[in-house]
Amino acid sequence: MHPAFSIIFFTTAAGAGYGLLFLLGLLAPSGALPDSRPFAIAALVLGLGLVTAGLLASMAHLGRPERAWRALSQWRSSWLSREGVASVLTYMPALVLALSWGWLGSEGRVTLVAGVLTAVGAVATVICTGMIYASLKTIHQWHNAWVVPNYMAIGLMIGAVFLNALMHPWGGGSPEFDVAVALIIAATILLKEGYWTFIETRPAQSTPESATGLGRIGPTRFLESPHSEDNYLIKEMGFSLGRKHSTRLRTLSRVLGFGVPLVATALAALAPVIATPLTVLAALSIAIGMPIERWLFFAEAKHTVQLYYGAQRV
Amino acid sequence: MTSLPTPTANAKKLGLVVDLDLCVGCHACAVACKEWNSGGHMAPLTDLEPYGRDPDGVWFNRIHTFEADADDQHIGCGTSRTTHFPKSCLHCETPDCVTVCPTGASYKRAEDGIVLVNEDLCIGCKLCSWACPYGAREFDQDVGVMKKCTLCIDRIYNKNLEEVDRVPACVMVCPVSARHFGDLGDPDSNVSALVRERDGYDLMPEMGYKPVNKYLPPRPKKVMPVAIEGGRRELEVSNDNALLNWVDRLLSR
Ligand code: SF4
Ligand code: SF4
Ligand code: SF4
Repeated sequence: MHPAFSIIFFTTAAGAGYGLLFLLGLLAPSGALPDSRPFAIAALVLGLGLVTAGLLASMAHLGRPERAWRALSQWRSSWLSREGVASVLTYMPALVLALSWGWLGSEGRVTLVAGVLTAVGAVATVICTGMIYASLKTIHQWHNAWVVPNYMAIGLMIGAVFLNALMHPWGGGSPEFDVAVALIIAATILLKEGYWTFIETRPAQSTPESATGLGRIGPTRFLESPHSEDNYLIKEMGFSLGRKHSTRLRTLSRVLGFGVPLVATALAALAPVIATPLTVLAALSIAIGMPIERWLFFAEAKHTVQLYYGAQRV
Repeated sequence: MTSLPTPTANAKKLGLVVDLDLCVGCHACAVACKEWNSGGHMAPLTDLEPYGRDPDGVWFNRIHTFEADADDQHIGCGTSRTTHFPKSCLHCETPDCVTVCPTGASYKRAEDGIVLVNEDLCIGCKLCSWACPYGAREFDQDVGVMKKCTLCIDRIYNKNLEEVDRVPACVMVCPVSARHFGDLGDPDSNVSALVRERDGYDLMPEMGYKPVNKYLPPRPKKVMPVAIEGGRRELEVSNDNALLNWVDRLLSR
């Protein structure tokens, strides 16, 4: 699939924002976060800012952005519509949380209710995002049980790394929290490696033989394209990534998106004196590594329509 | 509404039957489709840079060509079948291209099963084109909305046309009558009979979209070619020419 910048930015930024809002929603009422208004405001601005920037980017992807509101109507059948509804609904408790905890500094009942509802909304929205991809039977690399857990874990992981990088400068960090964040990163690594192993080892069901039905005669090869130039289908769904590039980019995403953040966070737990620069390093590294991971998620996805344009397998 | 209509017994299922035995790959149906639809229900079928370096445009029907080997062991012995393969929307019975649409723009008509896009509702998110396994949806970059084969809805119900002309443009133009139009929900229709007699099949049945359009396989070859006795002869270079000998040595190093 063509890795469109707007969608890569949207899924990564919004996922991270929801991960952060999820943690703020649960941790703010419990008093586990630094008791500081600038901290609260910085964390909320980052969380809501990532979500909002992501949603705006996703609208830039539309052919008719001025009609985007129509996407809220078909939640009965469409995961994209459900995602839209969930994201709009999540703004309500999130804004209440911003007022009561961020502005008034309260850890009372309003913050608790708004926090829990924000966390629920964040999870629901990210599940919907994952399901948009996981529900597409046309793309083997997306239509599998690894995709939704990966979307959820990656959102939570980036949110946790960002939150940790905010907590240490405000004196709210702790080795225990560092360890928790490191465990989240480690769990996410397992899920991502599981996904990569799955797409490497499990072949898609559809073949040129089933796509044309000519399998009843014998092994089928593509002979001639309908036309000489690329069409919409090839530009949008014909993207294919060379083996060499894919390996290199996976290494890059493994190092920057997962390895460096894990090591830096674990070191922060061991050496609290330099925890601030380490957790900031973890955040910067993940901010570069994760868009690469998301780029690969699109670039490595092979749509069945490629079978009509010369692919022998998808 | 992007939920699918509830299936009813004896419901009409209008669609096409494409005969791969007859298709000669002349692209007449693709051109006729483009021509009719440029002024039809989904018009315009925008072309970008039609005479430029990188022409691009919206087409609802495209003709691919495949080659299938009757026997993999004998590639080159003349048993491979070249098959021209036209493909347009299959007006599937349970297509996700309809249900994924967030706006209600993509819909399947209850009365005849035709799958259409309401261009006034479409936000151009392209998700329906991702959900179609067959590549039957085309984004019009210029208008910013999704477009697709309408099964020539503006011909088949068009009272201004003579009755014989109330068939899709692609069906009408085909010089070898490789495309047939009819009601595949009616077991007594001409198209249902063809599917029965010729073993018509679905494309990618594993997707579970239940395409209405069917394909008729190429008929078995009547005469199977036989391998020529003696096999291939190697080209020999005679030894008495010094220059050729030198070239031969050079090349076979
Ligand atoms: S062929 Fe594609 S566009 Fe047409 S109904 Fe089936 S899934 Fe939808
Ligand atoms: S491109 Fe248009 S018709 Fe297709 S899913 Fe999006 S809104 Fe619906
Ligand atoms: S039925 Fe009409 S719109 Fe569809 S492929 Fe044929 S000519 Fe084109």
